[in-house]
Amino acid sequence: MEVKTKHAKEQKQGVLKRIAGPVVTAVNLDAHMYDVVKVGKEELMGEVIKIQGDNIIIQVYEDTSGIRPGEPVSNTGLSLAVELGPGLLTSIYDGIQRPLSVLVDKMGNFIERGVTAPGLSHEKKWTFKPLVKSGDKIEAGAILGEVQETNIVHKVMLPPKEKPGVVKTIKSGDYTVDEIICILEDGREYPMIQRWPVRIPRPVKEKMNPTIPLITGQRILDGLFPIAKGGTAAIPGPFGSGKTVTQQQLAKWSDAEIVVYIGCGERGNEMTEVLTEFPHLEDPKTGKPLMERTVLIANTSNMPVAAREASVYTGITIAEYYRDMGYDVSLMADSTSRWAEAMREISSRLEEMPGEEGYPAYLAARLSEFYERAGLVRTLNGARGSVTVIGAVSPPGGDFSEPVTQNTLRIVKVFWALDAKLSQRRHFPAINWLNSYSLYLESLHDYYDKEVSPDWNKIRSWAMEVLQKEAELQEIVQLVGSDALPESEQVTIEVARMIREIFLQQNAYDAVDTFCDMKKQYDLMKAIKLFADLAYSAQIAGVSPTQINTVKAKNELPQIKFIKDYKSDLAKIEKQMDEEFNSLRSAA
Amino acid sequence: MKEYRTINKIAGPLVFVEKTEPIAYGELVNIILSDGSTKRGQVLDTSDELVVVQIFESTAGIGRDSGVRFTGETIKMPVGKDMLGRILSGGGKPIDGGPEIVPEKRLDITGAAINPYARSNPSDFIQTGISTIDGTNTLVRGQKLPIFSGAGLPHNKVALQIARQAKVPGSTESFAVVFAAMGITKEEANHFMQDFERTGALERAVVFLNLADDPAVERIITPRLALTTAEYLAFELGMHVLVILTDMTNYCEALRQIGAAREEVPGRRGYPGYMYTDLACLYERAGIIKGLKGSVTQIPILTMPGDDITHPIPDLTGYITEGQIVVNRDLHRKGIYPPINVLPSLSRLMNLGIGKGKTREDHKKVSDQMYAGYAEGNDLRGLVAIVGKDALSERDRLLLEFADLFENRFVRQGLDEDRTIEDTLNLGWDLLSTLPVEQLTRIDRDTINKYHPKFRTGAKKE
Ligand SMILES: Nc1ncnc2c1ncn2[C@@H]1O[C@H](COP(=O)(O)OP(=O)(O)OP(=O)(O)O)[C@@H](O)[C@H]1O
Ligand SMILES: [Mg+2]
Repeated sequence: MEVKTKHAKEQKQGVLKRIAGPVVTAVNLDAHMYDVVKVGKEELMGEVIKIQGDNIIIQVYEDTSGIRPGEPVSNTGLSLAVELGPGLLTSIYDGIQRPLSVLVDKMGNFIERGVTAPGLSHEKKWTFKPLVKSGDKIEAGAILGEVQETNIVHKVMLPPKEKPGVVKTIKSGDYTVDEIICILEDGREYPMIQRWPVRIPRPVKEKMNPTIPLITGQRILDGLFPIAKGGTAAIPGPFGSGKTVTQQQLAKWSDAEIVVYIGCGERGNEMTEVLTEFPHLEDPKTGKPLMERTVLIANTSNMPVAAREASVYTGITIAEYYRDMGYDVSLMADSTSRWAEAMREISSRLEEMPGEEGYPAYLAARLSEFYERAGLVRTLNGARGSVTVIGAVSPPGGDFSEPVTQNTLRIVKVFWALDAKLSQRRHFPAINWLNSYSLYLESLHDYYDKEVSPDWNKIRSWAMEVLQKEAELQEIVQLVGSDALPESEQVTIEVARMIREIFLQQNAYDAVDTFCDMKKQYDLMKAIKLFADLAYSAQIAGVSPTQINTVKAKNELPQIKFIKDYKSDLAKIEKQMDEEFNSLRSAA
Repeated sequence: MKEYRTINKIAGPLVFVEKTEPIAYGELVNIILSDGSTKRGQVLDTSDELVVVQIFESTAGIGRDSGVRFTGETIKMPVGKDMLGRILSGGGKPIDGGPEIVPEKRLDITGAAINPYARSNPSDFIQTGISTIDGTNTLVRGQKLPIFSGAGLPHNKVALQIARQAKVPGSTESFAVVFAAMGITKEEANHFMQDFERTGALERAVVFLNLADDPAVERIITPRLALTTAEYLAFELGMHVLVILTDMTNYCEALRQIGAAREEVPGRRGYPGYMYTDLACLYERAGIIKGLKGSVTQIPILTMPGDDITHPIPDLTGYITEGQIVVNRDLHRKGIYPPINVLPSLSRLMNLGIGKGKTREDHKKVSDQMYAGYAEGNDLRGLVAIVGKDALSERDRLLLEFADLFENRFVRQGLDEDRTIEDTLNLGWDLLSTLPVEQLTRIDRDTINKYHPKFRTGAKKE
């Protein structure tokens, strides 16, 4: 992010008084809350977070080692904002929108400080194709024209909050983001670029209730606990339980048009993995490289903590910008706990009164403000767009009763509870089917009815019942062994095992199984249901559970997951299943 | 350089100095004692009225009459080629009787973050010769993979065995070892040193020793010195470096001690709220940089207080590192070495380092199937205790036996037993072949036909 000074002459310079880590104090500075300031001789970027008498308290986005009291501080008079325009897609930014590729060019392999770099290239020319003509009346949010950004068409808009006007001149051709492409009758001029303060949500016309699922290709998510486009979900789980893999699976395979992936206080290698993998993966819908629809924000755990706090806002603002063009955007934040911890660290340096577990009292408010920026909306220009937000939560000790998990659960509508017991036995995704929930089932009912199958909703409930029943039976088995169960319940145990091992387990690293479309999900569940129906009726006809367990077709079924064109194989298995049961029954 | 005699307060490892000129945050400070000796510290808080200095050694002997010199620069570590083979104190001074290090460079010990854009994905399989690591929790070059252990468990033996045996098959280069001890006993340190000497590893090692009776606060800089050295060897001299940090629990205790001295609001169990970030600034100093030859692989060792994996030290570590190897007391009691419990263990970079062309195409599936079998068999042990073996179904009985076999043949191995990855995977298949083939649901038909001992017709026999 490059910071321009608003009224360079008018601002008087302040002086640093105290430096203690990422929080510094300045005096003699005219400042308002959240103004962006330049700190010290090296002009490190910072933001005003507290004003106390003459003392202006500033959080600094870079390492403050070597800075001394007495060094100058100047106020830019602007708040922390991102640059929005063509060139965002395929980029990887740090928490304050500095492109990491540019930083490598400017300062080498390690991140040093005091380097500014604009979020967008100001040299690159884009071909702008106008969609309005002179004489057209336009309002805030209106689409002025288009740029082919990647395979995605970038809509250039009149910024929000602008007064209506009449187009005088609109240009077509190759321009940089700074060149004026539109002039209004009243003399206002607009380039393609717009800046938006990250802490303020971009306005919309109205918020609507989500009714379409975000199809993720992950069976347990789409099948049991779906999230709607424009919805919110949380994935809490102890370390190593699969938060990042799940988020990356969603970034790869979900049918969003734009993906914003925020690595907030997590590992450097994980971001590198996305960077190396995504250009080679194809969007299953468009066949284009996944990178072309992706914006990455990487503020790893060893980068300055204040910038970590900002990274989440930088990400959601970019997501809202593409939503305003009418796209379905999904945003993954891994991990929101690191963001909350950054808040806690800054807050404790401000010596604020701590709330629960040292987190600031405004933790809940900040979390809900953030998730409220998700939603399915009617944009200012009348299009439908959505931002789906999926936040990972990293509870200390894997204990969900801690403040970040609890405050998040109060807001989000979908809860995917990761479970260390499952991940330890390599049941992936390690999402616990008994604790997880989705509050969108009702509103998505019709979609599944129409788009998947009229009996999908019924089959889903059936599967959930079997799993629920299994949990109860397991308690008995733990005491007396499975042989002591009535025969029909032994069949239930077997069917539940099939649901778990065939439907719920999904290998993110298998070329085929990593993505499973709704049709295949339905077919797999249907095949398990077929087995269940045949097994129960055989059992009533006198076939013993031990015999039922010898049905070979059952053991073939898991292989279907790894076969791309599975239809004929599945039909064969189902036919074989039928035959085997027939012979069992006639023998009984 | 100006010397101040304006110390106003000394509390724990903190020294408060008044009436100074503007002092930089993070600056290195020398405190001059009346006997002429110096102690080092770093500026934690600076303002026009008061400067707070954290001392890295014991504050014994510091008084209000001591002199304070601000050096104007942050803490630097002199590094050079001739560091290999040397033994240094936890503060970086030679303690092997040899000469001072001839510095080729002086590097800031905090180390800047590697730009994720400049990183290259780790993907070279490291064969440690230990089946529970190579087979089921594979280590790759550039990974940070800690050992979670408990007091009195043989984690040091495991670490040494890894250091001795680690190699990248097909590469002739051996690893350089940077070893940093924090608060371990003299006896433990001797054990490491003797092993390094016995195997000749010392020639390719740099050792930093902060022992149990050395100042606790020095432990804050010991790992930073070690990692600065490792980065120099890796990214400037192009070596593959294995860093062993032991015991991170002592490091965290030192961190807590300083937090308390600064009267900070404590986080969980009294550890500072920024411990995650602080640990990340150490652990993230591992990896590979695009276009450079070397790599830094980290094996931090920590003892879990009360064997509790949810304790903040292992917990925060696990959230940062790329997996963990868990050493387990029950296995140790059963006399199994190495007592690695694979169930809570994990290597997140495993998938990048294994498979066709790296280890073997069946690797992932064999590993998954063994996990599933062992996990289920292990659960059944609880059930058997209640209902007895006879109440088990045939399937369950086989799983129970599989769990025992797994521990006794796959997990157990000799202190000097260096298994190749082929050995490890074949052993895995031998154990899996005690289960009915239909039960191997994690493995596809083709792989079974090719590798399962019963069907391995075309495959090579050893
Ligand atoms: N769907 C999956 N398929 C296969 N393996 C998986 C899946 N999900 C998780 N795993 C395995 O679990 C490991 C840990 O997952 P992941 O890194 O996502 O954990 P995490 O919850 O993000 O942990 P942390 O909080 O420490 O970042 C992965 O490296 C992978 O081996
Ligand atoms: Mg993660």
